[in-house]
Amino acid sequence: MIRYVARRVAYMLIALFVIASITFFISKLLPGSPFANPKLTPQIRQQLFEKYGLDEPVTVQYVKYMLNVAQGDLGNSFYFENRPVTQMILEGLPVSMFIGVQAVIFGLVVGLVLGIVAALRHNTLWDTAAVVIAVLGVSVPSFILGPILQYWLGVKLGLFPIAFFESWWHSVLPSLALAVFVISTVARFIRSEMLEVMGQDYTTLARAKGLSGLAVIVRHVLRNSLIPLVTVLAPLTIYIITGSLVVEQIFAVPGIGEQFVTSIFVSDYSMILGTTLFFSVLFILALLIQDILYGIIDPRIRVSGAKE
Amino acid sequence: METRHRELTPDLFEPTDVRAQEGERIAGPPTSFWKDAWRRLKRNRGALISLGVIFLLFAMAFAIGPLLSPYSSYGQDLTRAYSGVSSEFWFGTDKFGRDMWTRVWSGARVSLYIGLLAACLDIFVGVVYGAVSGFLGGTVDDVMQRVIEILNGIPYLVIAILAMIVFQPGILTISIALGITGWTFMARIVRGRMLQLKEQDFALASRSLGASRFRLVWKHLLPNSLGPIIVNLMFTIPAAIFGEAFLSFIGLGIQVPDASLGSLISDAAREMRFHPYLLWFPAAVFCLLMICFNLLGDGLRDALDPKMRK
Repeated sequence: MIRYVARRVAYMLIALFVIASITFFISKLLPGSPFANPKLTPQIRQQLFEKYGLDEPVTVQYVKYMLNVAQGDLGNSFYFENRPVTQMILEGLPVSMFIGVQAVIFGLVVGLVLGIVAALRHNTLWDTAAVVIAVLGVSVPSFILGPILQYWLGVKLGLFPIAFFESWWHSVLPSLALAVFVISTVARFIRSEMLEVMGQDYTTLARAKGLSGLAVIVRHVLRNSLIPLVTVLAPLTIYIITGSLVVEQIFAVPGIGEQFVTSIFVSDYSMILGTTLFFSVLFILALLIQDILYGIIDPRIRVSGAKE
Repeated sequence: METRHRELTPDLFEPTDVRAQEGERIAGPPTSFWKDAWRRLKRNRGALISLGVIFLLFAMAFAIGPLLSPYSSYGQDLTRAYSGVSSEFWFGTDKFGRDMWTRVWSGARVSLYIGLLAACLDIFVGVVYGAVSGFLGGTVDDVMQRVIEILNGIPYLVIAILAMIVFQPGILTISIALGITGWTFMARIVRGRMLQLKEQDFALASRSLGASRFRLVWKHLLPNSLGPIIVNLMFTIPAAIFGEAFLSFIGLGIQVPDASLGSLISDAAREMRFHPYLLWFPAAVFCLLMICFNLLGDGLRDALDPKMRK
């Protein structure tokens, strides 16, 4: 187990190193310079270059950049003067986290209920309804769902505020737009997992030895169906992060996603690269945790992974 | 046990009628794997309808759609801006008076192109990479798997964004980003099948009959992996289509004046309160595309891999 985790962590570090290096060389390749102003005299430009360390050879700059990144310093924003990228990310993070976590909790609860009902009432109207909802939820992306929710629940029915982030009510629609995908993924997963477990011999045995229907479902079926659910957590985290880009943009929520999309529109390169690096860390951490949980749940993966 | 004597008469030794034994047969006519899969797929009405709709959308996007309208997707005319749905402009016009019907279908063309490209990458890069890695094994396999693990560590979104910054945003750049990571999952699946199949008896039989390595892979191992390959293909395509629309929505994909379903939806979402029809049509086409590919994928998985059926 320790060997397996160590291997996964090593790959994670390599991937992060590769991404950080790529972002550095991309920032060197970009056309233009913040000091291209023709009014600057060569002396002043030289001073600025010295101040920012741009007169040193690229290799030295590279080492310095990597050391800074390792300490969490992502440089200053080009667009918002003198604001460190790290600080901007940290300001947006709580808002994004709040909406994302709320969406995941809501999605998990509703998805579980929907999936369990569908499995218990297999091949009935309930089941069909759950399957239809699941397919729609996977197929209709949040950037279509967001405007539709805004239009119907916000404008037509006037139930929720449609933009900005001032109170809890403002977080309902963005979270809902993100949660639909979570609902359908979880419902689909739990439904098929439960149907499989209910067909297993040990379920028949539990019934045969006279356990009540509820006890069979709760103690035997549900317990065995819930464990594999951890395998969808990493894809869901990645989905929530990517989804936040569009959902925050649509609902004008001041989170990381909205900052990121804005920085794309104004070509704020240091912000784009810094946020990209930050997202990569989140993605890779999510994958790492999933791999480790996978290894704990299903030792076969660990063994074959170690033998490779 | 005591044996009783019995009178032996010649009629006991008459040959029986062969057809009498026919009645004992319980097997149906022989079916191949593909016939069987097709029979199962045909029973799945949703998947069958989806297949039809996908063909229809292809036809509309590439041939019929643009032919039915005399307007080009770029032609602006401010005097007819925001003209609603009418017999002349079936999907209305946008703020520059461009015909939405033509723009929606040219957007659908982009989506379908991306889907096709993802499928080709999966087949030509993913399958080949996985087959070589799994079949050769040993050091080659080790090195090839390490490359995949590192590529997998870098999310598609990150690669796409970095590619957009270095090159011009556009369809070529999206294709490049897709080409870097899009095929790794398929490569893993094919490699797993190869590792499993190459040890089986039919592979040994073929080898001992003198089949070359290429023939063994091409004639025996790949055809036996086609089921998982097709199923995986059907889930790569909608994921790639979604990726392009997503990038275009946040402004990193197809650039104006070209249209993609994602950029059309993004533009329309801003004006939805006053001109909701601008959103409905591209959104409907996009959702239809995604639903059909997802349903067809589910149907094919059930048909090709009955054990996975749920």
